[in-house]
Amino acid sequence: MHLAYPAVLSALLFCTGLYGVLARRNAILVLMSVELMLNAVNLNLVAFDVWLSKAAEETLHSGQALTLFTITIAAAEIGIGLAIVLAVHRNRGTADIDKLRDTAEGHESDGPDRDASTAAQAEKAEATA
Amino acid sequence: MTTTTLAVLVPLLPFLGAAAGLLLGRTAPGFVRPLAVLPALASLVLAAVVAARQGGDQAINAATELTPTGSVPIELALHIDGFAALVAVLVGVVATCVQIYSTGYLREDPRYPSYAALVSLFTSAMLLVVYSGDLMVLLVGWEIMGICSYFLVGHYWETPEARAASIKAFLVTKLGDVPFLIGLFALATDAGSFRITKVLGTVASGGLDHPTLIALLLLAGVAGKSAQFPLHTWLPDAMAGPTPVSALIHAATMVAAGVYFIARLLPVFEASQAAMIVLAVMAAVTMIGSGLAALAQDDIKRVLAYSTIGQLGYMTGALAVADRGAAVFHLLSHGAFKALLFLAAGVIIHAAGTNSLAAMSRMTHLRDRVPDAFWTMTVALLALAAIPPFSGFFSKESVLGAAEHAATGHAERVPGTSGWVVLVAGLLTALLTAAYAMRLWLLAFHGRGAEAPDHGRQPLTMTVVLWVLAAPSLAVGALAYRVLPDWFDGRDLAPTLTTSVLGTGVALVGGIVTYAAWRHTTAAAARVPLGAVAAHPEGDAAQVEAEAIASHAPVYGGVAYAPDPADPGRLLLGPLHRHAAVGFHLDAVYRVLFVRPVQAGASLVRFLDREVVDTYVGGAGALPRWLGLAVRRAQTGNVQTYVSALLAGTVVLAVAAVLVATGA
Repeated sequence: MHLAYPAVLSALLFCTGLYGVLARRNAILVLMSVELMLNAVNLNLVAFDVWLSKAAEETLHSGQALTLFTITIAAAEIGIGLAIVLAVHRNRGTADIDKLRDTAEGHESDGPDRDASTAAQAEKAEATA
Repeated sequence: MTTTTLAVLVPLLPFLGAAAGLLLGRTAPGFVRPLAVLPALASLVLAAVVAARQGGDQAINAATELTPTGSVPIELALHIDGFAALVAVLVGVVATCVQIYSTGYLREDPRYPSYAALVSLFTSAMLLVVYSGDLMVLLVGWEIMGICSYFLVGHYWETPEARAASIKAFLVTKLGDVPFLIGLFALATDAGSFRITKVLGTVASGGLDHPTLIALLLLAGVAGKSAQFPLHTWLPDAMAGPTPVSALIHAATMVAAGVYFIARLLPVFEASQAAMIVLAVMAAVTMIGSGLAALAQDDIKRVLAYSTIGQLGYMTGALAVADRGAAVFHLLSHGAFKALLFLAAGVIIHAAGTNSLAAMSRMTHLRDRVPDAFWTMTVALLALAAIPPFSGFFSKESVLGAAEHAATGHAERVPGTSGWVVLVAGLLTALLTAAYAMRLWLLAFHGRGAEAPDHGRQPLTMTVVLWVLAAPSLAVGALAYRVLPDWFDGRDLAPTLTTSVLGTGVALVGGIVTYAAWRHTTAAAARVPLGAVAAHPEGDAAQVEAEAIASHAPVYGGVAYAPDPADPGRLLLGPLHRHAAVGFHLDAVYRVLFVRPVQAGASLVRFLDREVVDTYVGGAGALPRWLGLAVRRAQTGNVQTYVSALLAGTVVLAVAAVLVATGA
């Protein structure tokens, strides 16, 4: 099989993943898109490893070995990512990335955080008074 | 022990006493009084032994190099001649008396430990100045005295007068000390040494290149320290300090340091005719001006302060006619009777509850409340007015005699003009001195009106020292003028007939005229009630004095002034009284000449700092702030936006890397 086929496929997969990361609103879909990008990379690794070993320049198959690492790490990553999404969903009732803007400039957070921060401010004012 | 060892111990003991007093003052209050009195007493005994061993013979010189400086060396040197030995005894006597007196005067003062330690430190510094044979070491003592004076004048720092006076005293004396320091450097450069003996040797061989410049620079420091015109204005204000401090520092010793310094280095000044004439004019202006001002003061201590300035004028006058024997003779007798006057004034202020003569002149029986102060003060005032046979008569006559000697052209190297200036001013001042001494005596002790308040018996420590100090004023004068020439330069100090008759005559005239004026005005005293009295039967003298000082300006309208029509000084001075009461507006002149420009400069600097420098600083901060505002807009909180920016950046970098790699 010519190298071009897996390369083009992996490029397409990567671009799909990239689009998903940049454009999807649901956090779970964003995570899935990240998986797509990772797998595009895995595909690339395997394809090039085969191509290079055919030319007998590489006999250790380090590309395929590295793919195993990537899969492992991707599994861990998706586990943590889903846990975070779950926690956010429990906390906010939504997993919509557009609504998670707590780090925006001039953002006033709502929810239980605000009470805590105002309480802290009141405490500080008392201390200075 | 050798005389040198004893002489080293003389300034060292009070210094150790001061250090111990400062360290132990809080933890061991029981030791404070012995630590204050005993070192002073011990150094007095040692100074007397040194004087006895020195005996007016060849000067004792001892030196050890303090540190190699590369150019002019600084040495720890002693130079004890007759002048140094006797002045050290005077300092010891006055310091001991003042320390004993202070134990009673500041009996309940919470700051007594630091006060006593500072007085000890001051005593040590003065003895260092007296004994030092090296001008740099002398300067160290000179400046320590200045800072002690600052702290002690501000002892009642709760009162605004004391705070202002301490700062003024410090600044004005420093104004003189800067030229003084430069003068010392110039002198040492010309002479190649700071040692007094070597300096005098250079002068004798005519090796001094700039005598007038050096003499005038040194004179500035002397004028500041010895309160001579035009740098005398700090001394009357320094009376806001406790009375024993006034007695020790601002009457008997520190202010005499300037005179003593000139006496030591007289040949340097003699090398310049111009400096001698400046000295004579300075002395004359100081004498007459202070005499007039003393006649118009209402605060008893300010009268004495102006009197001190005048008597120091006599000493500088004697130096201006190149008779240092007469100057130091007057220094010694004045030191004793002026310390006595101040200490007695402290007793009177305590007894009367006020420092205002106008208020005292409306009290009867003040004299009977403080008989010791009355009798000793009478003696001291007679000595001050130079009435024979009190000590002041002999010392003042020796000054006038020296002036007459110079005026008639009998003194070498002294211009006749200085002689005439000093003689005329001296006689005029003798008249004024007798007048204000009489006024003080009459107003303080011959008042009519209400009974003087009862502040109880004065402590024994305060009355005994008065008699100790009265002894020299009473008896020593007639003896001293026969003995002292052996200790000094050998010049005759005996009063001459002409000046004695003239001086005593004008003094009697001054006294009688004042008495007549007082008889004339005293009827008015009863008609004008005046005065405020601090009544603290339980309080110690210091508390009474602090309150009297603090209340003087609010009650009478000024620290030096009282609207009293019954004041004989007002009648005698006529229209001059208003100006004399404020020291001839010299403070106002200084305010216009120095204080205002400095304040204007300060506000200019403040304007430049606030409006110009801060604008640049603010501008430097504003640009980053605006940039930061722009960058903050990018922070939307949307993670996908960030990732998009990251992607765009990566693409740009990748393209750039590819372009670079392909060499395009």
